[in-house]
Amino acid sequence: MADNNPLLVIDGVSATYNHAITALHGVSLTVDHGEIVALLGTNGAGKTTTLKAISNLLPASRGQITTGSIRFDGKNVPATAPADLVRSGLVQVLEGRHCFRNLTVEENLITGGIGRNARRHEISDDLEKIYDQFPGLKEKRRTLAGLTSGGEQQMTAIGRALMSRPRLLVLDEPSMGLAPLVVRDIFETLRKLNHDTGLAILVAEQNSTVALKYANKAVILENGKAVLSGTAERLRSGSDVTNLYLGQKSETSKTAHYFTAVGT
Amino acid sequence: MLDFDWQFFLEVLIGGLLSGVMYSLVALGFVLVYKTSGVLNFAQGAMLLFAALTFVSLVEKGIPFALALAITFGVMVAIGIAIERVVLRPLTNRPPMTLFMATLGLSYILEGAAQLIWGTQVHGLDLGIDDIPFEVGGVLISQFDLFAASVAAVLVLLLSIFFRYTRIGLAFRAVADDQFAALAVGLRLPWIWATVWAVAGLVALVAGLLWGARLGVQFSLSLVVLKALPVLVLGGFDSIPGAIVGGLLIGATEKLAEVYIGEYFGGGIESWFAYVVALAFLLIRPSGIFGQKLVERV
Repeated sequence: MADNNPLLVIDGVSATYNHAITALHGVSLTVDHGEIVALLGTNGAGKTTTLKAISNLLPASRGQITTGSIRFDGKNVPATAPADLVRSGLVQVLEGRHCFRNLTVEENLITGGIGRNARRHEISDDLEKIYDQFPGLKEKRRTLAGLTSGGEQQMTAIGRALMSRPRLLVLDEPSMGLAPLVVRDIFETLRKLNHDTGLAILVAEQNSTVALKYANKAVILENGKAVLSGTAERLRSGSDVTNLYLGQKSETSKTAHYFTAVGT
Repeated sequence: MLDFDWQFFLEVLIGGLLSGVMYSLVALGFVLVYKTSGVLNFAQGAMLLFAALTFVSLVEKGIPFALALAITFGVMVAIGIAIERVVLRPLTNRPPMTLFMATLGLSYILEGAAQLIWGTQVHGLDLGIDDIPFEVGGVLISQFDLFAASVAAVLVLLLSIFFRYTRIGLAFRAVADDQFAALAVGLRLPWIWATVWAVAGLVALVAGLLWGARLGVQFSLSLVVLKALPVLVLGGFDSIPGAIVGGLLIGATEKLAEVYIGEYFGGGIESWFAYVVALAFLLIRPSGIFGQKLVERV
């Protein structure tokens, strides 16, 4: 049965920028159907590069995969155009949200529907669904995305990705620059989506506390290498892990960890 | 100043505005391409020449007006798509200067090709519009200028509707806004670029016919790009309303300056005054009236 195969398989991927700067050294990870996987690590650990490689967006950032393979649902990712990956169900929410600032919130969402060649009535159905999931967006639908708050922009970016009806949603630091309550709302919505629709989620985060709370399993990157992986439960409890790779001293000093992680 | 001739002033102003529309038309072709792909397409003038020359030559061969128009449109769309495919796509992600140089080279290739195919003689182009001025309330207005302005207005209106209410229009605006995000969302950038180049070809065709009818179809026609540059500086390189307003402003100031202050410089300042205005504007507002300021939010 096809469903026994993992949805996404990354095997020993190395990547460089401008053929000069090596950003990844043989990273491997898998995402199964209906799973939430967290990709953890500090700034510069290679999270964004990994995610860009997964959506075949590296060439647009002057990056290239040198070794290893990436397969999404059996498709050879580096040989598939980003637009075709979106159409086959792999959609990414970029780091820093990247909303279309001069388009309204609703227009932003619609572009996600265009991205998969949806029919007109499908787009309006999907819009209603997105507004159900993110009620705050409905009031802002006619506002230019660039004028909305950071949280609303993140929701717009996620909503836009959901408009493409993904099977695997990839998110790059959805918590970046957002208030803890907003971050919680966003992760709750993601968990609900995962639970209700079986949407698989791969999320890169510096905020390991939040990410490990919602993920099933996690992979920790350091200097472009996957140094540790396991169930989220195990990584949550293993203090050695957090000490070693995230600079976290203990559960009681979450803020200290947060600043260390951001600072490095 | 009591006996200031308002009627004459109005006549010069209207004449200036109407000729400004012609500048807008050329600038529009630039804006479309620049907005979506960040390429300053220097070949827009050569495209304009190519379009006008192809059309004239077809008409001179006895092909009916409408058919010649359709064929030329087809040729311009094909050239637009070919440029995107052959020249720009291999250069994706290169610095803007590389892309600019590529279009500069392209303009020579297009001019050379036009020369090779259609010869070098000057052609007259008659669109069937009499250039007889008519009078409105004592002000003389050129019939041809009015016709040109109407054509430009209709074109701009159609383009606005296209970009505002169609899917491909929305995709176009998305790409213009954030190219990387558009890629991640799954928009087919090459397809959108090809469309934009095809539309730029259409704009070149319309501008080429109007300019060709006025100046005669000849190789200096490609130099109207130089007239579009001050318009772009004034209006902003990435704004369609900017191209319109910039063209009107340049057209009007040019004519008014020639008539009212030209005598102090010995006349003929019309040909360079636009650049002085553009230069002054660069000092005050480098991004143009409607251009987007580059503000980085960290």
